Amino acid sequence: MLYNEPSPLETRILSRRFGLPNSAALDTYLATDGYQAFRKAVGMKPEDIVNEVKISNLRGRGGAGFPTGMKWSFVPRTSPKPKYIVVNADESEPGTCKDRLLIEYDPHQLIEGCLIAGLAVDAHKGWIYIRGEYRYLIEIMDKAIGEAYQKGWLGKNIQGTGVDFDLYTHTGAGAYECGEESALLESLEGKRGVPRIRPPFPAVVGAFQCPTILNNVESICAVPPIILNGGQAFADLGVPKAGGTKLTCLTGHVNKPGVYELRLGFPVMQMINEVGGGMRNGKKLKAFIPGGSSCPLLTAAECEGATMDYDSMAARKSMLGSGGVVVMDEDTCMVKAALRIMRFYAHESCGWCIPCREGTTWLRKVLIRFHEGGGTREDIDLLGDVAKNMLGRTFCPLGDAAALPTISIVEKFREEFEDHLNGRPCPFEHAREAVLV
Amino acid sequence: MTFSAELETRFEKLLKSYPAGRERAAMIPMLMYAQDEIGSITDELVEEVARRVGVTSLQVHEVVSYYSMLHRKPMGKYHVQICTNISCLLWDADKLWEQATKKLGIGHKEVTADGQISLEEVECVGACSWAPAIQVNYDFHHFVTPEKLDQLLDSLGKKQ
Repeated sequence: MLYNEPSPLETRILSRRFGLPNSAALDTYLATDGYQAFRKAVGMKPEDIVNEVKISNLRGRGGAGFPTGMKWSFVPRTSPKPKYIVVNADESEPGTCKDRLLIEYDPHQLIEGCLIAGLAVDAHKGWIYIRGEYRYLIEIMDKAIGEAYQKGWLGKNIQGTGVDFDLYTHTGAGAYECGEESALLESLEGKRGVPRIRPPFPAVVGAFQCPTILNNVESICAVPPIILNGGQAFADLGVPKAGGTKLTCLTGHVNKPGVYELRLGFPVMQMINEVGGGMRNGKKLKAFIPGGSSCPLLTAAECEGATMDYDSMAARKSMLGSGGVVVMDEDTCMVKAALRIMRFYAHESCGWCIPCREGTTWLRKVLIRFHEGGGTREDIDLLGDVAKNMLGRTFCPLGDAAALPTISIVEKFREEFEDHLNGRPCPFEHAREAVLV
Repeated sequence: MTFSAELETRFEKLLKSYPAGRERAAMIPMLMYAQDEIGSITDELVEEVARRVGVTSLQVHEVVSYYSMLHRKPMGKYHVQICTNISCLLWDADKLWEQATKKLGIGHKEVTADGQISLEEVECVGACSWAPAIQVNYDFHHFVTPEKLDQLLDSLGKKQ
C-alpha cells in the first residue's frame, strides 16, 4: 500500500516501481529491467560511467546539490588504498521523508546504484548508513541484500562478470548531525558524530581514511536509470543545469500532502495547487520552505513564478535543498515556526564549533522569550545579528542551516515579531484557541 | 555478559562488516541492537561492547552520551515518541504532546509507574508528509488525531 495516492503530474523514474506487488523483491526488480544497468556498466570504461553521470546533470539530492559526476571524478581511482561506497540514508532534515520510500519500495535499485558506483571508482565494499529510527528499513534492506547475495548479485564474481562487491547496512542512533557527510563518516567509524575539517574531502580521505563516494540515497538510486537510458535522457527531464526528477515531500497545510516525483523546474504554485490539491481549508499561502528547514523561507509573493530547481531558488536567495517542502498558511505564527526550527538546531548542534553551539542556544532563548510575549524591539535586531555571526564560521553547514531560516523569517515577517512585543500574547495562538474551543 | 543466540550471530556478522582492525565501527550498531534486547545501556553493557570492539569503556561512554536513541535508563515497555517538528507542528502535534502528557501524567523521557509507557518529544522522524506522526518503539503511526492517540495510549496501557 502506498502512503499517498500518486499524482498524474508526476514523472516517475526513480519511483516507477512504487506500488507494484512485492516491489522490494528481487524477482519484481529483475522483471522490470532490474540490474540491466549494471550489466551495461560492466561493459563500459569506468571514466565513461563517470562521464554519463556528468552528462545527466545529476546534482546531489541530500540537500547540497553538488554535481554527482564531478564528486565521483575526484576519487583517485588508481590509489593503492581500497575505495569505498557509502550511502547516506540518515534522512533527518525536517520536512524530508523520501529516501524512506526508495528503500521501502525499491531496495534493489539502491543496491544496483552501489554496484555501478563501485565500477566507476574501483570500489568493492560499501555501507548504507540508515538512521536508527528507520529500523524497519534496515530489515527491508538486509533482506534485499541477503537475497542479492543468494542469487549472485552481490559477493564474489557477480553473475560471472568477475566483479566483487560487498554491501552492508549500518544503523545510526539518533543524531541529525550524522547526515552531514564528514560527521556520518565519524559515526560509521564508531565515534561521536562531529564533523571533520575539509579538505581533504571524503572522495580522497573518507571512510576508514580511504577514498570514498558518499552520496544520498536518491542520488545513488538515480544512477541505474541514468546508465540504462543514457545521461542525456535524464538531463532532458530537468532544466539546463540540473537534470532529472526530484522526489518532493509535500508537507504542511495542503490538502494532499505526500511524496511526489516531479521534474526539476516544476512550478511551485502548480505543485501546491494541483499536485498538493491546494491549500487546506481554502486558506491563503503565507510562507514556503523549498527543501527542508535549513532553507530560507519564501513569502507567498516570492512563490509566484518560482520553479522547483536550484537556480530558481538561488535567484530567490534560497535553496532547493532536500525536497522537504513545507507549506504554511495565513494562520501560522512565524515566531512560533522560527522557534520550533531553532529548538531543533539547538538540540542537534553537536557542540564542536562554538558559534553554532552558542548561537543556536541563544537564538532559541530569545525566540522563547518572544513567543511568550517578553520580547523587546532590540531583540528583533539581536536575532538577525546573532544569526549572521554564525554564518560561515563552523566546520559543517549546521550553523548556516540554523542561521539562514532565522534571518529570512526575521527579515520577511518582521511585523509578526512586532506583534509579539511588550507582553502581548501570540495573536495566532489566541485565534487558534478560540477555534479549538 | 550473555546475549540471545540471535544477537550473538548479529554481533559476529557486524564485526566482520568493516575493514580489518576497524572493529570499533561495529560499536554503535552493537549498542543499538543490545539495547533492544536488554532495555537500556548499562555499565555492564558498555564494558562488554568496549571489550568486544577493542576500545576502553570511556570511549564507549563518550559515544553513548552523544546519540539520542541510546538510553542510560530503561524507557517504558512502549516508548511513545511524539514528533513536534515543523511539519508535524503544522498539523497540531504540540496539542498531541500536551494531550499525552496530561493523560499519562508523565513528561519528557518519563515512564509511567507500572513501567508500561514512556514519553519522549522527538525531533523529525521522517514522516513529514503523513503528519502528525508518532513512533511507538520502532513502529510508525501516521495521520494521528486526538481520538487515535487516545485509543493508542489506552491500548498500550493494557497491552502485554
